Amino acid sequence: MRNIWTIAKREYNHFFISPIAYLVAFAILLVLGIIFALVIYSSSQNVFFGSVPDIRPITGSFAFLLVLSTPALTMRLLADENRMGTMELLLTAPVRDIELIVGKWLGSFLFMLTIIAITLVYPIVLNALVRPGIDQGLMITAYLGLILVAASFLSIGVGISALFSNQVAAFFATLAVLITLWWLVGFPANYVQTGADIFRYLDLQTHFYDSLSVGKINLTDLVYFFSLIALGLFVGTLSIDIRRWR
Amino acid sequence: MIRVNNLIKDYGQRRALCGLTFHAQQGEVVGFLGPNGAGKTTTMRILTGYMPPTEGEAIVAGYDVVSESLEVRKRVGYLPETVPLYNDMVVFDYLKFMADLRHLPDAEERVEEALELVGMIERANGYIGNLSKGMRQRVGLAQALLHRPEVLILDEPTIGLDPNQVVEIRNLIRELGKERTVLLSTHILSEAQQICDRVIIINKGQIIAEDTPENLQARLLGAKRVMIQVRGEADDVLPQIQAIPGVRQAVVNLDGTIEFEFLPTQDVRPRVARAIIEAGHELLEMRTISMSLEEIFLELTKDNAGLPM
Ligand SMILES: Nc1ncnc2c1ncn2[C@@H]1O[C@H](COP(=O)(O)OP(=O)(O)O)[C@@H](O)[C@H]1O
Ligand SMILES: [Mg+2]
Repeated sequence: MRNIWTIAKREYNHFFISPIAYLVAFAILLVLGIIFALVIYSSSQNVFFGSVPDIRPITGSFAFLLVLSTPALTMRLLADENRMGTMELLLTAPVRDIELIVGKWLGSFLFMLTIIAITLVYPIVLNALVRPGIDQGLMITAYLGLILVAASFLSIGVGISALFSNQVAAFFATLAVLITLWWLVGFPANYVQTGADIFRYLDLQTHFYDSLSVGKINLTDLVYFFSLIALGLFVGTLSIDIRRWR
Repeated sequence: MIRVNNLIKDYGQRRALCGLTFHAQQGEVVGFLGPNGAGKTTTMRILTGYMPPTEGEAIVAGYDVVSESLEVRKRVGYLPETVPLYNDMVVFDYLKFMADLRHLPDAEERVEEALELVGMIERANGYIGNLSKGMRQRVGLAQALLHRPEVLILDEPTIGLDPNQVVEIRNLIRELGKERTVLLSTHILSEAQQICDRVIIINKGQIIAEDTPENLQARLLGAKRVMIQVRGEADDVLPQIQAIPGVRQAVVNLDGTIEFEFLPTQDVRPRVARAIIEAGHELLEMRTISMSLEEIFLELTKDNAGLPM
């Protein structure tokens, strides 16, 4: 446990000297800021019609931004250790492979949580601007959903990063997997007779946009996200193991 | 402290280690001497728990490197050949990170102690990326010393250093080796002779010779190897040859010939011939052969022709 924390802390601090991490944070805050401004503007136009602005445009686009940004945060995490040979240091220190992987994931997750925390400014400001305020229950579940989506994506990214020694390769491989989960895996559900439910279940968007994003907390969605997290961490640990035995 | 038994390592189809067996005691500095590709790094990576062997067994500090890998890693300090370090970290922070991974209660003091030992304390706040090769080597060594390990495994610790630094590091290793077990690898003969209590020569994944530096020196400087052939059973003749003073390493080969070594200061060939005849055997052939050790040393010293033996 302690090793996980030691590794997570180092990674978390490392993001603050990484230009890519700043770029990711800046891009997310900028895009969400623009959307926020649009929400305010449009609701000010409609104010006489009594429309309550809602935060779904913000949380919804944030989830989409995660598809593009999490691979940039995770690509380096293990691929760079493989490339620089520092993996040899970590694997000959008294650290379990799983502790290393979970530590790397936790470090990136805490950094993403920091970005997510900053974006809370937008709904809080929105809440202050409108009367009677935004739907706070909706906001909490949507943010919970965002955190789960981020945690899953980061876990997949860490798992894939462990397979590579080249961070660009790790980036594109992660992006490919996330795009598959986000858009592609749901498609066959409309065309196949048998197994349509399986494809529908695998489709990540349904677990966010149709549930947490609209204020519903279902056990199946939670199980889905936790399974993704576990899968990513498992792939990462397995890949370290395979490298050892090669 | 280190016991290795019939260690085999295959990389895919390629066999890098073909059954190594050796040991190292506490307080002993053992040198692994061999040309590039001999299998030194592979052996050290197995002993430090980086990767498992294909076959065979290795016990380090009382624990099995495969089944009790974490226990081994707690007790071993390792300097990898490539000296991997995080270039974007400050020296102190890097060592503190490694100390924390080892759960050292007084991590910061240990970091300072290790930096003091390798003479890098004044660079503690510099970035690793700005260090020279020699300084990186010393930071790597500091990392290996943080937890005051029982066993130190150093893969080519002086490679790429300038002569002054080499002397410093060698003295440090000798000092450290007084109460610890040190296994170091090198492809420089003179280095092995200076630092080590015992030298293991390895080539193509096999141990070719194992001896004290003094004996190796003697063998190198002039030991001659002789092959003899007698009519009849070689095994009957062997004890009589072995009994002659000055005959060393007498063995019977698979083809029934006998081989032994002697030092040029003490030419035992006439006595061997006489002993065979007097024992009632017939001597068919006696000739000196080139020692495989010599060939290895030619190979070994080729890259370092300028260095003194
Ligand atoms: N990761 C690896 N994959 C495949 N072959 C390797 C690997 N590492 C070493 N080898 C091979 O194993 C042999 C021994 O290498 P090594 O242990 O590095 O020797 P040394 O350290 O004595 O120079 C060499 O033939 C080398 O090419
Ligand atoms: Mg080597």
